[in-house]
Formats: sequence, structure tokens, C-alpha cells
Amino acid sequence: MLYAILCYASEDVVCSWSKEQDDAVLAKLAAVQEKYARAGKLGPVARLLPTTAATTLRKVKGEPVVLDGPFAETKEQFLGFYTVDCADLDEAITFARELSEVNPSGGSYEIRPISLLNPVAATI
Amino acid sequence: MTDVAWISAAIGAARPQAVAALLRYFRDLDMAEEAFQEACLRALKAWPKNGPPRDPAAWLIFVGRNSGIDQVRRRARQAPMPGEDLLSDLGDAEADMAERLDGAHYRDDILRLLFICCHPDLPQTQQIALALRIVSGLSVKQIARAFVVSEAAMEQRITRAKARIADAGVLFETPGAVERAERLAAVAAMAYLVFNEGYSSAGAEASARAPLAEEAIRLVRLLLRLFPAEPEIMGLAALMLLQHARAPARFDADGALVLLEDQDRSLWRGEMIDEGLALVDKALRHGKPGPYQVQAAIAALHARAKRPEETDWREIDLLYALLERLQPSPVVTLNRAVAVAKLHGPEAALAMIEPLEERLSGYFHFHGLRGGLLMQMGRAGEARVAFDRAIALANTAAEAAHIRQHIDRLMREGTAGYPVPTAG
Repeated sequence: MLYAILCYASEDVVCSWSKEQDDAVLAKLAAVQEKYARAGKLGPVARLLPTTAATTLRKVKGEPVVLDGPFAETKEQFLGFYTVDCADLDEAITFARELSEVNPSGGSYEIRPISLLNPVAATI
Repeated sequence: MTDVAWISAAIGAARPQAVAALLRYFRDLDMAEEAFQEACLRALKAWPKNGPPRDPAAWLIFVGRNSGIDQVRRRARQAPMPGEDLLSDLGDAEADMAERLDGAHYRDDILRLLFICCHPDLPQTQQIALALRIVSGLSVKQIARAFVVSEAAMEQRITRAKARIADAGVLFETPGAVERAERLAAVAAMAYLVFNEGYSSAGAEASARAPLAEEAIRLVRLLLRLFPAEPEIMGLAALMLLQHARAPARFDADGALVLLEDQDRSLWRGEMIDEGLALVDKALRHGKPGPYQVQAAIAALHARAKRPEETDWREIDLLYALLERLQPSPVVTLNRAVAVAKLHGPEAALAMIEPLEERLSGYFHFHGLRGGLLMQMGRAGEARVAFDRAIALANTAAEAAHIRQHIDRLMREGTAGYPVPTAG
């Protein structure tokens, strides 16, 4: 069974860590991941870059509209995610638009740059 | 990390919102700061025991407001301050408080706090010092170190700035759309000043000033959360991130400036570049170009080039031409000349910068670039004169060291191909 572990915390606080504090946290997290990676159980681990870098594609009256900023509604639930390597934001928006066109739910797609914390170490 | 380090980070993150709200309550900067300090002291006692509150800013505003009111009463009636037991049921009050926090005021509160720091009566050095003290919460000692002045002198500078603000009075009514846009532009310019103070330093100063660039990035991210659809704020954030991403590669082991095209690109911080590129793309989709966006787009083209040879100089030249129209300045033309040299050779670039001589005769980079172009054209004697001028005008030891390397090369090889300096 594959699980996603979704991390929630205050972006304000995490962004105010010094580089040393941040490195220290990541090192401790890496040590935990290491154990699962060795057992062949760990998939890609990503850090989402700040919400200020996010763009959201949502359907307004059935038409996809691109909005600045992260997805902010609480009436919808987090149902899935894709990781995709795009040359620029336009390409990522095109991908999200294609997804939204074939998706009958009126949902939204938040487009957020990520950085992989274990680019080569993923073991699944 | 200790509890104290975590709590400090949480307090630091909440600071702009908390001080801004307290300023609205008390309409006095010193009082708002005192109330916030008091709230922080109580947080340091209460949070390790009870765990951090769900909304640190709301907690600090609530406690700070109460302690400020106590102060006012005490001064008025010399009555004793209520003991901490009166604050013991904060846990319950906090949830309430978070609901009642006036969300509509939040944005203008923070903008006002930031705007106070860039009052037009204040010289730039005071604006920066005030923003770092009040908004970022750096200590007077840290700021004094960054500006290489004594703590007493910096204390005086900040006190003077506050006195000027108090004289000028602060506008508390909710700003209209035009006023808000003006405030935002002034605050953005101030944030960029803070960034440049950090970015332009080198050597011994660099370690004291490096936090300024980080603080500026925090400020601009804060602005962007308040105004998520402003393309110029996206542009400014991107510009800072893309420039700061190169910081680890900008100086060599001896502290000399390393030209953009000689930098080890593997040292650039990928995460910051990705964030910056996403922001540039977001901004440009609005189709409302402004100076920060254009500069960020230029920085993005450098960041996208895996190797210096892959740099899209044609596009950079076009962007500088656009920047010349948006924000005419001889320095912009000077930068454009670098792209022109790459595209059309040193003669064309030299012809472009010669008319700037009168206005830029006291500018380090003018003579550095001119020397470089002359060197490429084989005019070694003139190049040497230009380099000497540049060294005399260098602002930092790193700049001087960088030019000296070129003079050494000139002496050694005669007309070695001089890489045209691009702002690292």
C-alpha cells in the first residue's frame, strides 16, 4: 500500500528559520527517511516552495481561470497530485488545463514549484 | 534546536503583523514596540510550558494589547499592574481572539507599519535602519554591525528617525486605492534598498550584512502574501531570489568578486532559482511590465543558462532596451552595453557607453567595463588607464581585487580576451 504523508505547518515560521536552522531540520528529517529508503520503502520526497510562488487554475462557471496565489478554499478536499517537469509556468498551466478539461468535477489545480529532497535516493 | 530558538522563530514570523496591529491600537510606535516586547517576554515563559499557541500573532496581539493598556492605566493612576494569573486563561481567550482579529485591517496594518519606515523625510540609511529594527526585529547591535557604526551611533540614528516620524504624524485612516498603490511602491523600493545593502557587501562586511538580503526577501514575501496579484511585487521577489541564489558563487576564496560568467553555477541555490523563475513567469502573464519585472526577467535568463555560452544575449538586449524606456538611466544603458558587446562586439558597446562618460565618470562599473572593452580591442594602454580609474573608485576591496586581476592579466598577456563584466 502506498501512502502519501502530507506535511502542514506555518509557512511564516518555517520561512523565518535561518539557513542553519533549516539545514539542521532537513538533516534530522533525512536521517528518518534514510531508514525507510534502505528498506526500499521510500518514494520521492518533495518540499513545496512558498505559496507566494503558486498559481491556481480553477473553473469559474465551467471555464478554467488562472489565478495568482495558492488554493485557498476549505470546502474542497485534497484529492491527488501530479509531479511534472516543465520548462516554464505556461507549460505547467497547459498540463493543468488539459487535466481540468477532462475532469468533470469543478475542482481546482494549484500549480506550485517543488524541490525534490531526495532526487536520486527514492527507492520505489 | 532549543525551545528558545523555535520560539524566537515563531515570534519573528508573527512580528510584522503583531507590531502593526498594536500600532493601530496605540497609534504610537514606541508604545506598540514596548507592548510587543512585553508580549514576547510572556510568550517565552508561557509557550514552553503550554506549547505554542495555534495562532502566535493573535496571542501576541492580545497579550500585547492588554499589557499596553495596563501601562497606560499605570501611568495615569500609578495603579499596580495586574499579575500574570489574570492572563492564565489565555488558552480559551485565544480562540475567540483569533476569530475577532479584524482580517480586513490586517493588510493595511502591515502596509502602514512598513510605510512609516519609508517616510519621504527620512534619508535612505534611516529608512533601512528603521525597517530592520521595527519590522524585522533585528537588534540595534546587529544593525550597527551591518552598517559598521557603533551601537550608540545606530541607537541615535533610529531614535532620530522615530522622532521625525512622530513629528510628521501617521495616517491611520484606511488608504484609498491610489494611496495604497503609492504606499506599496514606496515600501517595495525600501525593501529593495535593504536587499542591496546585503547584496552589495563583500569580505568582512559580508557576514554581518548577509542577513539583510534574507530579511529583504522575507519582507517581499510578506508583501506578496498581502498583495498576491501585483506583478511588480512578484517581479521584485523574483529579482531578489534570483540574485541571492548566486550569492555562494559571487566571491572567490580571496574575497575578490567573480564575474557572472566565471561563477561556478553548481553553487547557485536551485531552490531559490526555481521559486524566482516561477514568480517571473507569473508576473509576465499579467502583461503589465515594470522595472522590477524586467530586471527579474533578465536575471531569469542568466539563471536559465546552464553554461555562460547558452545565455540568451539577444533577449537580454531587448529587455534592457525596454528597461531604458521604463526607467531611463545611464546605468541601465551601461548594463545594456554588456549585452551589445556579446552580440555585436566591443566597438559597438564602446560607442554606446562613451556618451555616458560625463554622467558616470565617478562610477566604478563604468570604468571597469570601458577598460574591459578597450582590452578586448587591443588598446592596452587605454585599458590600463580605465582600470586604474576603476580601482580608485572601487566601493569594496572585492571590487578592487577583481579589477587588479584584470590588470595582472593585461600585464601578462597583453590583449587577453577580457570577459565583459556583468553584475555578479
